[in-house]
Amino acid sequence: MPPAGVSGQEEAAGPEEVGGQGMKTLLIRDLRLAMRAGGGFGLGLAFFFLLAVLVPLGVGPEGGVLARIAPGILWVGALLSCLLSLDRLFALDHEDGSLDLLATAPIPLEAVVVAKALAHWLVTGLPLTLVAPILALFLNLPQAGYVWLVVSLLLGTPALSVIGAFGAALTVGLRRGGLLLSLLVLPLYVPTLIFGAEVIRRGSEAMALATPLALLAAISLGAVALLPFAAAAAIRVNLR
Amino acid sequence: MSIWEYANPKKFMQTSAWALPWVLGLTLICLVVGLTWGFLFTPDDFKQGSTVKIIYIHVPAAMMAINAWGMMLVTSLIWIVRRHHVSALAAKAAAPVGLTFTLIALVTGALWGQPMWGTWWAWDPRLTSFLILTLFYFGYMALWSAIEDPDTAADLTSILCLVGSVFAGLSRYAVLFWNQGLHQGASLSLDKKENVSDVFWIPLVICIAGFVLLFLTMVLLRTRTEIRARRLKALLARERVA
Repeated sequence: MPPAGVSGQEEAAGPEEVGGQGMKTLLIRDLRLAMRAGGGFGLGLAFFFLLAVLVPLGVGPEGGVLARIAPGILWVGALLSCLLSLDRLFALDHEDGSLDLLATAPIPLEAVVVAKALAHWLVTGLPLTLVAPILALFLNLPQAGYVWLVVSLLLGTPALSVIGAFGAALTVGLRRGGLLLSLLVLPLYVPTLIFGAEVIRRGSEAMALATPLALLAAISLGAVALLPFAAAAAIRVNLR
Repeated sequence: MSIWEYANPKKFMQTSAWALPWVLGLTLICLVVGLTWGFLFTPDDFKQGSTVKIIYIHVPAAMMAINAWGMMLVTSLIWIVRRHHVSALAAKAAAPVGLTFTLIALVTGALWGQPMWGTWWAWDPRLTSFLILTLFYFGYMALWSAIEDPDTAADLTSILCLVGSVFAGLSRYAVLFWNQGLHQGASLSLDKKENVSDVFWIPLVICIAGFVLLFLTMVLLRTRTEIRARRLKALLARERVA
């Protein structure tokens, strides 16, 4: 005899289905919140744009110099603009108490982290990747580098979002965690930055780039696979 | 009798109070002997002149800078797994010491590099990874000081230490990939034939022992301070309640 109080509907939906549905709902909610006025969507993009305009103004218009520094500038710009919106990732939900609800929701906290990091990537990393080729024009990136610019950002920015989610989880309990967050997260960005910029540099000089590309992908995949656990642990500590 | 007995703060305080003078004495002996020998009684290198003598501070400090992070990693793991407060406090106590060793290694390296390489700083893999290590130490200490509740702080810094170790290792290999080095390779390895000459090697080993003991002394002292601070806090809290 089935235990009393279990309705037919709940029996029909297995735990995996509830989890998947929950993640989807959360993702859509976060995307809506980000798109809404005051949600901060486009802020990172605007920053990225400004940086790409300011650097030539500071460095001078000489094409050779710009071409040489373009991969590094674009990657540094990408990770700084990612950093801009990180402190909102969990802090807003923590303030209004929805993080407590998410922690007790039928989906695991790790999945919450993944959904939120994915939402963050969709509103920062992906647009950055799409805009980067236009900004590369300002920086005089060599022709051959454009494909690899998009490829390396597409592969690398998920790592930025997940590492950032980990940093945001560590500092979620702090009232003014923003500055601390950048201090914690920027050193963690070092390997991604190095391999990401190296891919573009080698790509624009038409050199072999399989190694840095593979390593960049490895960092991204490893971070996506493992860091949500660390981030969820940090959130649990902070909600204690 | 197991090592976990020292997880008891009382037992730790007793044993460390007994051990501290001995460790301190040994530290002083090793450092005085090693540094005097190294600075005054070793010949000048035929290319580097007397600047080579900075090796007696630079190499031990650099070794301890890395080992201190390793010790923090181990004590953080012990805290996460077994929840011994002494372990968490030892990790907290080791961070500023490790940071100081890192800075000593960077500064002595710059002082030596100026006359020898002709530059204070080069983006060499070893130099770069030490700079990154400095950033990790800063982040770790900033997180400790930002959180009020001691257990929350211990938990979060431990998680940061574990994740940070992985990324510090990745950064080390990333910078190796990124730039070819100016820095000389390892010349103290036990399994290699080409090492630094014995004339320099023996005082250097004594200095390394001295720096290990110095680290131990500082960490013991600082851990004792942390335990006392924790007790003081508890006493004050009890008084407020009473």
